[in-house]
Amino acid sequence: MIEIRWHGRGGQGAKTAALLLADAAFETGMYVQGFPEYGPERMGAPITAYNRLDDQPIRIHSNIYEPDIVVVVDQTLVGPVDVTSGLKKGGAVIVNTDLSPAEVRGMFKGCTGAIHAIDARDISLRSMGRNLPNTPLLAAVVKVAGIMGEDEFLKNMEGSFAHKFAAKPEVIKGNMLAIREAWRGAVLI
Amino acid sequence: MSRNDRMSGNEAVATAIRQINPDVIAAFPITPSTEIPQYISSFKANGLIDTEFVAVESEHSAMSACIGASAAGARAMTATSSAGMALMYELLYVAASDRLPIVMAAVNRALSGPININADHSDSMGARDSGWIQIYSENAQEAYDNMLMAHRIAEHPDVMLPVMVCQDGFITSHAVENIVIEDDGPVRGFIGSYSPEKYLLNPAESLGVGPYSVSVYYMEIKRQQFEAMNSARAVIAGVSEDFAAMTGRDYGMIEKYRMEGAELAVIVMGSAAGTGKAAVDRLRGSGVKAGLVKLRVFRPFPDAEIAEAMGGVRALGIMDRCDGFSACGGPLGAEARGALYGRAEGIKTVNYVYGLGGRDMRVEDFEALFAELARVRDGAESLRCRYHGVRE
Amino acid sequence: MSATRRNLMEGMTPDAGWRELSPAAQVFGEGNSLFFNTGEWRTESPAWDAERCRQCLLCFPVCPDSSIPVAGGKRGGFDMEHCKGCGVCARVCPFGAISMTEHGREAAE
Repeated sequence: MIEIRWHGRGGQGAKTAALLLADAAFETGMYVQGFPEYGPERMGAPITAYNRLDDQPIRIHSNIYEPDIVVVVDQTLVGPVDVTSGLKKGGAVIVNTDLSPAEVRGMFKGCTGAIHAIDARDISLRSMGRNLPNTPLLAAVVKVAGIMGEDEFLKNMEGSFAHKFAAKPEVIKGNMLAIREAWRGAVLI
Repeated sequence: MSRNDRMSGNEAVATAIRQINPDVIAAFPITPSTEIPQYISSFKANGLIDTEFVAVESEHSAMSACIGASAAGARAMTATSSAGMALMYELLYVAASDRLPIVMAAVNRALSGPININADHSDSMGARDSGWIQIYSENAQEAYDNMLMAHRIAEHPDVMLPVMVCQDGFITSHAVENIVIEDDGPVRGFIGSYSPEKYLLNPAESLGVGPYSVSVYYMEIKRQQFEAMNSARAVIAGVSEDFAAMTGRDYGMIEKYRMEGAELAVIVMGSAAGTGKAAVDRLRGSGVKAGLVKLRVFRPFPDAEIAEAMGGVRALGIMDRCDGFSACGGPLGAEARGALYGRAEGIKTVNYVYGLGGRDMRVEDFEALFAELARVRDGAESLRCRYHGVRE
Repeated sequence: MSATRRNLMEGMTPDAGWRELSPAAQVFGEGNSLFFNTGEWRTESPAWDAERCRQCLLCFPVCPDSSIPVAGGKRGGFDMEHCKGCGVCARVCPFGAISMTEHGREAAE
């Protein structure tokens, strides 16, 4: 089982990203869970969302305290929130950041997991014209977690975007560009 | 035929309601309600159902409208949660005593205060004596399946009682999970159409529903309700059997999980049952004789089934996601102990109040409970009731 | 009134067991108030003086028990099986054509 914990801020779409990841993994035939930790809805307040992905049915219904992967949607959360709390040995962090590798390493001093950085904001702005970090981050998680290969993922997402954006097909191209760039842009530092 | 899908518990129940296509849904569509009425209004707007959707001004009115619609002869449903259900309490009793087979999608959430929106069973436990059949679901699949069975149970001539299908707020209502969705055709065939024997809009026969009943009559009418609730046991079993024949998914009043040879066991309802099963698997793996009993049906109460399930259990944890403030345990604790009395005596029991207001219940929490139950089995003193997962 | 006492009130008697009473005390058919002799509740009785009565018909609409029968535009004598003796008709009569008598006082007067 792969357990993933997302850290974001209210309004940034961390919950949606967790649900998109559940969708993508479901398409590969996996058993999935995607759920947010619910509280009052407050724009900007730190929020958490979770994924469990397995090839067996999943019965556990609790939050995740020892994740395999932590995704940080907003780098300003590092510090105020103990994002790497409980990270499993051999686990990974994926952080959306525009800082240099040295700065990112400094941010996660003491973290034993592999740190993957991606500038999801920049990718999003360039490919879609708006800051929608979810889509690039989703690609990074799928890659780092090894849920599927690049070709399968691209094919998979093309189908899902075609369905999701049936009413506005003009945005499909930008979304596809974003995930293609993100696949390459997510780097181990 | 069926298809694999993934959806939240709310969407799963809404999908069942779409397939049921009831005559009337009356619901208060905003907080503290759920996404369910929102899905239903979009189904209605998109022409997927021809249900009359009544967006009422409160849950009190929602249940009143359901009572009126059901008495008139319609298949009536509602969906609610938390304080919304509490606002319905008065009418829940009316629906049950008037023997109206209304079906409710309930999403279990805490009652204030302190103000809280998260999962626990306080809302439906407050309605446990209202005369409604109560079915609890472990996950989205069960919430969907139980909803598909609800009308068959409610509308059975031996029953004619309202049914609430419960699932845990947020934990399953807002969590996306894998689910098997049955095709519309077989589902509709399974549920069938509703043709009540007596109804207000029947031009051929006049009828009065809900009369004043003086003391000379009131108790006999309550005795009828007792009979209906008791008859529901066999009806639930029969409907569940038919459902298993259609889907392969088999449900009893309770589910026994690894109870063969179990010396330590817990009784639990709702989403925590799944987490508990994972704990039982871990413990069995290390040689601990642990087992779990999940209550699917709380009303009628499966007293004989619980006693029968005990087998060789020596220490039992009874898990309440609600404190009844009797100062001696929660409602499930009291009733489960009552079920054992005279049937399976000598079992040491601890009643745990857990998970209030969305307090998480982890696999590790169950492991700690089982460790305590092992000590109790071996003679350690224990409180009859205690809070689990609370800071001391 | 098509209903008969039998099919309206079947089983609905104070000695009927729970199996015999209708489910949820549902009442089948209409007009069963006819079979409740509320006249038994009366402690005062109205008397109608047909000589004084001008047939203005102010009395019958105020009767809560429909105990003043009207036929052919004229009222008749009281339906004493259902009149509860409330006296509202006597109050509204402008001509003093209705008088109330307390039970037990008849002999004295």
